[in-house]
Amino acid sequence: MATELQSRARPVIRRSAGGDAVSLDAVSFAYPAGRHGAVHALEEVSMRAAPGELLAVVGPSGCGKTTLLELICGLQAPDAGSLACAPAVLMPQRDLLLPWLSAVDNAALALRIAHRSRTEARAQADALFAELGLDGFQHARPHELSGGMRQRVAFLRTLLSGKPLLCLDEPFGALDAITRGEMQEWLGGTLAQEPRTVVLVTHDVEEAVLLADRVVVLSQRPGRVTEQLEIELPRPRHRTDANVVPLRERALDALATGEPR
Amino acid sequence: MSAPVARASNGANASPRGASPRGWAGRAPARRAWAPLLLSAALLGAWELYADVGGVQEDLLPAPHAVAAALWNNGALVWRNFAVTAEQVVLGLALALASGFALAVAIHLFPLLRRAVYPLAVGSQAVPIPVIGVLLVFWWGFGIFPKLVVIALICFFPVVVATVDGLAAVDPEQPKLLRTLDASRWQAFRFAELPAALPAALSGARIALAVGVIGAFIAETSTPTTEAYSGLGREIMTDAGGFQTARAYAATAVLFAFAIACFHALGLAERRLVPWKIRPRGETT
Repeated sequence: MATELQSRARPVIRRSAGGDAVSLDAVSFAYPAGRHGAVHALEEVSMRAAPGELLAVVGPSGCGKTTLLELICGLQAPDAGSLACAPAVLMPQRDLLLPWLSAVDNAALALRIAHRSRTEARAQADALFAELGLDGFQHARPHELSGGMRQRVAFLRTLLSGKPLLCLDEPFGALDAITRGEMQEWLGGTLAQEPRTVVLVTHDVEEAVLLADRVVVLSQRPGRVTEQLEIELPRPRHRTDANVVPLRERALDALATGEPR
Repeated sequence: MSAPVARASNGANASPRGASPRGWAGRAPARRAWAPLLLSAALLGAWELYADVGGVQEDLLPAPHAVAAALWNNGALVWRNFAVTAEQVVLGLALALASGFALAVAIHLFPLLRRAVYPLAVGSQAVPIPVIGVLLVFWWGFGIFPKLVVIALICFFPVVVATVDGLAAVDPEQPKLLRTLDASRWQAFRFAELPAALPAALSGARIALAVGVIGAFIAETSTPTTEAYSGLGREIMTDAGGFQTARAYAATAVLFAFAIACFHALGLAERRLVPWKIRPRGETT
């Protein structure tokens, strides 16, 4: 994957007229033809998110959710349509913590990349450790942390990049149900204190409805938007809330009918 | 696994030694040495028996006690030749590691170079050193340098192959993450690829080390010299040709022990260089 790393000209960030942090207009993307022909990942996908909003993208596996985040982060350019996003940082599906760095150094990676001194970067990351319930684990190596803690360190790394738009790719997908619930609660609380625009990709409809201001449902590949739900419910929300259940069912229906029979 | 049960960084060391099964890495050297010592003793015993009662001539295969006597009686000679060879092995390996690592990094950064250099590097391993030994001396004289070049030539290849593979084995998602963190090409290399490749590079170094001692032998016997003490390799060739078989075996035993010592030294270096790879037994990556 050496070519992935080649430095490239950074795309000019175009702010849309409405001041949205995320704005996709009829975006299509296909991977170049391989042995099985071109793979159409996304077809005419439109969505937007205002600054500070949490936009959840739900869809069956393989529907192009990860591709969508790569487009938003500027890692891929769309084949058609237009796209305007604030500077975005990716939190990949696996935490990708560097095993040779301590938790605090992993969290401070973006600061080190921005040429801050090691001491300064550590101090800044350290200040947030307690807030994220990670106090005492600053010098632990990633393999000494539990799955939930690793995700929190990865999230802290994302947060400390200072970018206004966070792209979270199935952040809790690999966690067990109890930890996942804890982490969802924790994410909601953290975003209340550190407001950012978030695009959250998930295959879990309930997670989307509990956390998001808006839920976009994608069909199976090629991904098309089959439903957009505005969630105007007070937080914190619970899975058993009377208002949550019908929204969850509606999103599930959209997910089911979006699939070809 | 629920969130609050993770151990602190020092948690692994906090448990008393006997309570948790630690790997061999955690035991005292004396307690790990019994197995190889036992095997060596058994092999030596069998050899002694075969040499004494097997009817084999002493010039063909000296008994271990004769080898030990030869070592004892020629201690000064063997020691001075050993010093020459040891210096060559250490410096030659250093040259091999440095050049192999540098070549691997260059190949990784410039794919064109990979296509250009790899076939030549493979071919270089097939060159019989005596063919070029005299040429190397013609270029660089009778000193130590031509010998270092020979050792490096013999040893650099595993370092290159292992390091190139290590550099390419970085998680393909990692570059994407680093790009969204605004890392430059150099930073991606420094923060992710270089440390990720270090364990593989050290594996390559281990293989290089295993052939390094025989590399020194080849270097000594394939380049002309003017020194009185020109290394254990030359001594062995002279002794083997001059019916001093026991002394040749004594010198060989010294090389044997030296290779093992070097291997352990590298193991110690590894613990310092890639501590994240040293884990208590039973934990998976």
